[in-house]
Order: sequence, then structure tokens, then C-alpha cells
Amino acid sequence: MEKTRQLVKSKTFLIHFVLIVGSVAMVMPFLWMILTSLKTYAESIHVPPVIFPKDLQWGNFIEVFGLLPFFKFMFNTFIITVVRTAGQLFLCSLAAYAFARIEFPGRNILFLLALSVLMVPGQVFLLPQYMIMVKLGWLNTLQAVIVPGMFSAFGTFLLRQFFMGLPKELEEAARLDGCNHFQIYWKVMLPLAKPGLIALGIFTTLWSWNELMWPMIVNSSPESMTLSVGLSSLQGQYLTNYPVLMAGSFLAILSMLVLFIILQKQFIEGIAVTGGK
Amino acid sequence: MKEHPLQIKMNTNTKLKVSNLTKTRKSSDFFWAYLMIAPTMLGLFIFYLWPIFQTFYFSFTEWGAFGQFEWTGLDNYKRMLEDTNLLKSFKNTGIYIIFTVPIGIILSILIAVLLNQKIKGKSVYRTLYFLPVITMPAAIAMVWKWLYNSDYGLLNYILSLFGIKGPQWVSDPKIALYSIIVVAIWSGIGYNMVIFLSGLQGIPKSYYEAAEIDGAGPISVFFKITLPLLSPVIFFVSITSLIGAFQVFDLIFMMIGKSSTALESTQSVVYLFYQHAFVLNDKGYAAAIAVLLLVVILIITAIQMVLQKKWVHYD
Repeated sequence: MEKTRQLVKSKTFLIHFVLIVGSVAMVMPFLWMILTSLKTYAESIHVPPVIFPKDLQWGNFIEVFGLLPFFKFMFNTFIITVVRTAGQLFLCSLAAYAFARIEFPGRNILFLLALSVLMVPGQVFLLPQYMIMVKLGWLNTLQAVIVPGMFSAFGTFLLRQFFMGLPKELEEAARLDGCNHFQIYWKVMLPLAKPGLIALGIFTTLWSWNELMWPMIVNSSPESMTLSVGLSSLQGQYLTNYPVLMAGSFLAILSMLVLFIILQKQFIEGIAVTGGK
Repeated sequence: MKEHPLQIKMNTNTKLKVSNLTKTRKSSDFFWAYLMIAPTMLGLFIFYLWPIFQTFYFSFTEWGAFGQFEWTGLDNYKRMLEDTNLLKSFKNTGIYIIFTVPIGIILSILIAVLLNQKIKGKSVYRTLYFLPVITMPAAIAMVWKWLYNSDYGLLNYILSLFGIKGPQWVSDPKIALYSIIVVAIWSGIGYNMVIFLSGLQGIPKSYYEAAEIDGAGPISVFFKITLPLLSPVIFFVSITSLIGAFQVFDLIFMMIGKSSTALESTQSVVYLFYQHAFVLNDKGYAAAIAVLLLVVILIITAIQMVLQKKWVHYD
């Protein structure tokens, strides 16, 4: 008995040991980012490294704002993320409801057509999408990033799975009350698909906030730049001043970090859902 | 019994009414269905489906400086055969995939299995491992580049404590790709871990109890129960990670400078696509690269689909 208890104890210890080593590896780059962002340039290149800055150099953050219209980038990224996510949630759930709950001619073919988009790597769409933006005169506008991102085969597929799992009785009852399909979708089905909506919402938010290539292609003027692109341009012009670079990086990830800390459970469950379906 | 003529009339009338009702209900069903799928289908068609055909068409064209293009047949594809850069980019991408996908999967299964035990602080660990997933790749690349800095980076300092002179992590052509691979694995563990964790939680407890009664050790439990029952999830993750790894761009673009000596030995297929499409304005050739990428991904996914029958257990 004593022996098994000891065995369990040493097993738990071993598990914690491995997990802690891993956690340190996960967190260390973030800590180093924050510590560096508060150092003077001299401290940052001192050998051996100065771990804790002598005086906290908040000026590095101010310098970032002086170098680039960082607030503008944040605002752009925020608008893009919110409109894309809201648009996708509405449009995908609308289509997903129809695909899951209404029988209509051509349903399977149309759904397969939508699914085929999932099989194709994103680069295949990029050139024609870019040319559409040129034709519309949308280069260097927020809608260039927003509009193509409002339609999602993945989101439609994900939400369809949710709608398919809901019981038929609810719908029948609503129909007897004289509801049309939009009313059933809006009043009955949408509230029940909440876990799916949260999952898709988080997935799209993360994706829009962090995306680099497409916003870089269509929006190169500071007026319409996103944080990711702004950060990549900061690197070009400010190659060696790491405290300022780290301050910029930290500012770029801060909002998502705060959102994650508040909505941890939803983030993690949401990602599990998008992966499990 | 003889029915009253009036009654017969009434019967047919109601029948008629009912069938009319289902008819109008059906057509109103269709109306709503098409209305509801219209925005998404239209958007997908304009921005995704039609572009597939357009890219395919562009891959047979050559572009001039002002956006005009002409049909050149198979020229772009012939050019590919002699393009050593393209060959190298496939090799780089291949190396990247061979390391990031399996190591990433093994590590995230390990973490998920450990987090699935009865231990304290699970949610704290989970949160910490998940942090890189929510962080933008541009910022991840930035901080790792700083850690990798050969003169003032933390990594080389730690190595120097052990008397090792650290290499030039991101500018040495022999090492740079592996430095990127480390970052990719680091940033991807959390995502896969969460998916594996939810897969593990779906395995019925009774299996483990039965194994315990049989006196199976933790290692044989892992290989005989956990791994087979997790295999559908592993299959899913391996497909999505492989497709994702094939499209690696952000980390390379951010970590390796445009004039870096390590660019040739790190640039991926998508990096090369980006270069040709949006920097060199060589859009026809870029389209051909995109088509090639599509074909390669489809073939590899198909191979995985065939191979899965050998190792994935569905019960």
C-alpha cells in the first residue's frame, strides 16, 4: 500500500516535471519579449544579458506609436476582424441551416461544390482575388480584406453539422405556429447552435486578427494596413532596435491576449470543436 | 353504405386542398432555401470557385508589365522542369513537413495524455501551451528572431554558459530551416494538443478500468488502448497539419530577410509563389506554381486516405 502510494506520488511528480519544462519553453519567449520591450537599447545588447531592466523603459512603447500609426493599424484590424466574423457567422449559418434542414433540388451538388473549396490550398485563389480587387478599385481599402473573408466553406460545413444534430420536432412545432424558414432559423435554430457559432466565431477572429499574406498583398498603404503587416514593415525599417521591435510585437498581440484570458474556456473548446468535426 | 353525393364532393375538395398546401409549402421551402444559401454560394463562387478555373487558365499565360497577358501554352510548366529554385523550394518544404508534422503530433499527443491524468493545475498548463496559438505569426517570428540573434540572443548566451559557441541560427543556410522548424513546432503544439485532449476525453473510461483489472502497465495501456482509439483523431490532425505545413509562408517571410544568405535554403513553395505573383509580377508562372501545389496536395491527401485503412481504427 505504502509502495503504491509512493509510486503514484513519483508518477505525479514526473508528469508535473515534464509539463513544467514544456510550459517554460512555451512562456519564455513571451517573457523575454516583455522584458526586452522595457529595456534600454544598451541593456538589450549587453553581454551577459541583463535580465531585468534597471528602469522600465515605457518610452519604447511611445516610440512605436511615433514610428508607425499603430492606433490606426489596431483600428483597421479591429474593424476587419469584427465585420468578417459577424458576416461569416450570419451568412454561413444561414446557408448551413438551409443545407441541413430544407430539402431542395440541387442541394447535394451545391453543397459538394462548396466543400470542394476546402480541398484547395489558398494560394490558388489569390491571383484572381487580387485582380477582382484591382478591378473594383478596392486596393488599400478595408473591404478588400473584409469582403472575401465573409464567405466560408469551412464555416458553412461546420455549422451544418450543428444544425443536422438538432431534433426535428422543434421545427415542426414552429411551423404549426406559422413560422417561415427564416423565422425558424432565427428564433429556434440559431440559439440552439450556439456552441457551433462560438467555435466558428473564435476561429474566424483568430484567423482575421493574425493573417499576414492577403492583407499584405491588397493593403500596402499605412491608412489601411493591419497589425500583422505593420509589424512586418517595422522589422524592415528598424532592424536592430530590439526593445522597440519587442514593444511593437507586444502591442500587436496584447488585445488578443486579453481576449483569450477573458474567454479561455470558449477559445479552447471552440478550437476543439473546429478540429473534432 | 352509400355515401351522400355531397360528402364525396367534400372529400375530394379537402384532398385537393391538402395537396395544394404541400405544394405551396414545398415551393416556399425551395424559395427560402435558395434565398438562404444565395449570399454564401455567390461569394464562394466569385471569390473561390471561379478563381480556381482562372488560376488554371493563367497558368498557361505570360504577363506583361501592365497587366496584359498572352497565351503561351505549356511554357510555364516546361520552365518549371528547369527551375532549380522551384525544386529547392519543394525540397525545403518537404524537409519542413517531415520534421514539423510528426514531431508536432508526437509532442502534442504526449502533452495531451499527461494533461488527461488526474493532476492539479490542468487548466493552467492548458492555457500556457495554448498561448502561441493565439499569437500572430508576425510577432512570434519577431521574438524568435531576437532569441536566435547570434550576438545578443538569449539562446546563444545560454549555450555559451556550457562553453558552446552558438551558430547563426537564421542566417546560416545549413541551419536556418531547422531554426524555423523549431518555431513552427513550438507554435503548433497547443492547437493539436487541444484537439487530442478532446479526443482522449471521448475514450470510454471502461476501457481503462478493464485494462487495470488485467494488470496492464501504463505503457501497454497507451499503445494498446489510447493510441488505437485515438487513431481517427490522429489521422484528422495529420491531414490538416500536412496541408497547413505545405503552405508555410508567414514564418519564413518574417524570419528570413529578402537578401539573407539563407533565403535559398529556406524559401518554401508558397514563398516562391508569392515572389513570382506579387513581387516579380510573373503572374503566369505563379499560377502554374499554385496549380502544381494543388495537384501535389491532392495526391498526398489521396495517399493518406488510402494508407489510413491500414492504421486507423473506427469502431
